[in-house]
Amino acid sequence: MNHEIFEKNVILLSIGILITVAVGGLVQIVPLYTLDSTIEKVDGVRPYSPLELAGRDIYLREGCYTCHSQMIRPFRDEAERYGHYSLAAESMYDHPFQWGSKRTGPDLARVGGKYSNDWHVAHLIDPRAVVPESVMPMYAFLAEKELSFDTAAAHMKTLRALGVPYTDEQIENAQADLLNQANGDADEADPDALLARYPKAKIGDFDGKPDTITEMDALVAYLQMLGTLIDFTEYKPEMDYR
Amino acid sequence: MNQAAANPAVAYNEDIVKKFVIAATFWGIIGFLAGVYIASQLAFPALNLGLEWTTFGRLRPVHTSAVIFAFGGNVLLGTSFYVVQRTCRQTLFGGPTFANLIFWGYQLFIVLAASGYVLGITQSKEYAEPEWYVDLLVAVVWVMYLIAFAGTLIKRRETHIYVANWFYLAFIITIAMLHIVNNATLPVVFFGGEFTRSYIAWAGVQDAMTQWWYGHNAVGFFLTAGFLGLMYYFVPKQADRPVYSYRLSIVHFWALIFLYIWAGPHHLHYTALPDWTQTLGMTFSIMLWMPSWGGMINGIMTLSGAWEKLRTDPVLRFMVTSVAFYGMSTFEGPAMSIKAVNSLSHYTDWTIGHVHSGALGWVAFVSFGAMYFLVPRLWNRERLYSLRLVSYHFWIATIGIVLYITAMWISGIMQGLMWRAYDDLGFLQYSFIETVEAMHPYYVIRALGGVLFLVGSLFMVWNIYKTIKGELRHEEAVDAAPQGVRAGAAE
Repeated sequence: MNHEIFEKNVILLSIGILITVAVGGLVQIVPLYTLDSTIEKVDGVRPYSPLELAGRDIYLREGCYTCHSQMIRPFRDEAERYGHYSLAAESMYDHPFQWGSKRTGPDLARVGGKYSNDWHVAHLIDPRAVVPESVMPMYAFLAEKELSFDTAAAHMKTLRALGVPYTDEQIENAQADLLNQANGDADEADPDALLARYPKAKIGDFDGKPDTITEMDALVAYLQMLGTLIDFTEYKPEMDYR
Repeated sequence: MNQAAANPAVAYNEDIVKKFVIAATFWGIIGFLAGVYIASQLAFPALNLGLEWTTFGRLRPVHTSAVIFAFGGNVLLGTSFYVVQRTCRQTLFGGPTFANLIFWGYQLFIVLAASGYVLGITQSKEYAEPEWYVDLLVAVVWVMYLIAFAGTLIKRRETHIYVANWFYLAFIITIAMLHIVNNATLPVVFFGGEFTRSYIAWAGVQDAMTQWWYGHNAVGFFLTAGFLGLMYYFVPKQADRPVYSYRLSIVHFWALIFLYIWAGPHHLHYTALPDWTQTLGMTFSIMLWMPSWGGMINGIMTLSGAWEKLRTDPVLRFMVTSVAFYGMSTFEGPAMSIKAVNSLSHYTDWTIGHVHSGALGWVAFVSFGAMYFLVPRLWNRERLYSLRLVSYHFWIATIGIVLYITAMWISGIMQGLMWRAYDDLGFLQYSFIETVEAMHPYYVIRALGGVLFLVGSLFMVWNIYKTIKGELRHEEAVDAAPQGVRAGAAE
């Protein structure tokens, strides 16, 4: 072929480039939306509760993904260290995904329930007080900062517009659910309504300061639910061959 | 026909190139400094200072954005404006005001992005951290850049579009495509939330694929195709030799831009991404080795018949070493994309080492070479202030890179092996924190390598500053032959 036609015509060269670079992405990305097998059919995965979502926002804000993955690979050592390998379904409501690319610290995909709330709070305030060899930054400021959650419903509405199946009821009760989850022991709490909307949500005063809801409460609530939604005793991997 | 005589002298817009060169120098230092700082935090975590604005998590995007988009971006915009004007013998399309708008718009993007990270404003997608309003700003600036660049190509006074411009054009078009798709977001402000927060349109596995389609091609088109454009102009210029093979440049151009786009899934091996996508990603990553080396061969062999210049010209040494590093890291990359290798290397420092052999050895070195080429010409100086300083810069930086990448190879492979090690009783041999502890000496060595790289670049800043001031350091010419050889020849 005579390459001159590209070398003498900017428009042709540009179109040629655009077509050439578009192919790979189209072939790799579009089928992930059209093939049913991309996301496994499993029970239990639900949208984040308002408190968990607020905690996840803090996880994003602090750039935790720069050192922690949330993606367990199907290897013997990873299964023993972290638990069952991660499914695509487990991050289907994650905007954006937080699979990560580096493990300066351990994987967090199933960290939920592995440590107590107190451990998480002590560890986040000063990681080396709990794990002397740790190189993690100190996040003591999270325990001092009151969580701002006036916009919880706005965040949920945004996510609903992007396809996360929040119901009207969940959005109307955003503030109440958040208060309920963070003040689980308080007298006015109504955990049943919260658990009906968000099964398996962890309820409690996470940071040990019952009078305020801090960013620490939200982050720990998020960490404590990670990887806990699917019951893997029921899971049949051969159903999901891709 | 003597075209030079037929056309009146073209008034090139060199002022805009000067601005980009100075900005690149400035952001380079900021980016390297941020890198040294966060590398030191991994060795000495007290350096996180316990403040929310100075944690590794917030500063790491400052480092990556500063070196890729601020340093690399200013080099690419500046050199592309220089190259497109010269190779088209046409002044920059759109005029000086338009060019200045591009320049200041781009700097504003950098400042807004970096200050946002420190304050915790981020999309938390790697290499695409800026929030939606900064993304919109950079999209506008990028379209203006395309107009200025392609407009100059259209108005060219040469019949053919020079090969360097193909690469620059592919870089500009593809980055626009990647940026728009990967950063599609919905701001929460539309639903009554904060202005500075948005949620990415894509989720989970699809977002992962889109992100690494973007992320790998930020490497492929920002850090590779763009800088190959730079190579195709500055290496032949500095070596005073024509490009080695015209045919090879055509073949490797189209093959490179076609194959690169497919390589993203190798960042997602053994994840919840479907196997068919992973296999495609691995296959194309391995094929990509060929066009990559096509570019390396074309760059290095341009020195055919001029190899002796490497002894006397440290600027050329920067350029040729950069192409050699390019060859090395584009061999390492396909190797790491093989699933069996990746099962060891993924999530470890090996990846960090691989990135830096490309970023420091290839991108930064070819940029330094181009900047040393440009500064005396732009400011109409007889030569650089000092070639000796260039030589010192070269060796200090090279030693820094070697320390950096060997430390990361060792720590990465060691950590990968420790994670999967079993003892005689069939238990995992190491807890996670034991593998963290084992990294410490290598993190210190890596930080030291970074310090050397930074010190080398400070030599460059001094040299550029003195050259712009118009000073010449009195230096003996660098000998073309070593002492012994010359003495022998004299007998």
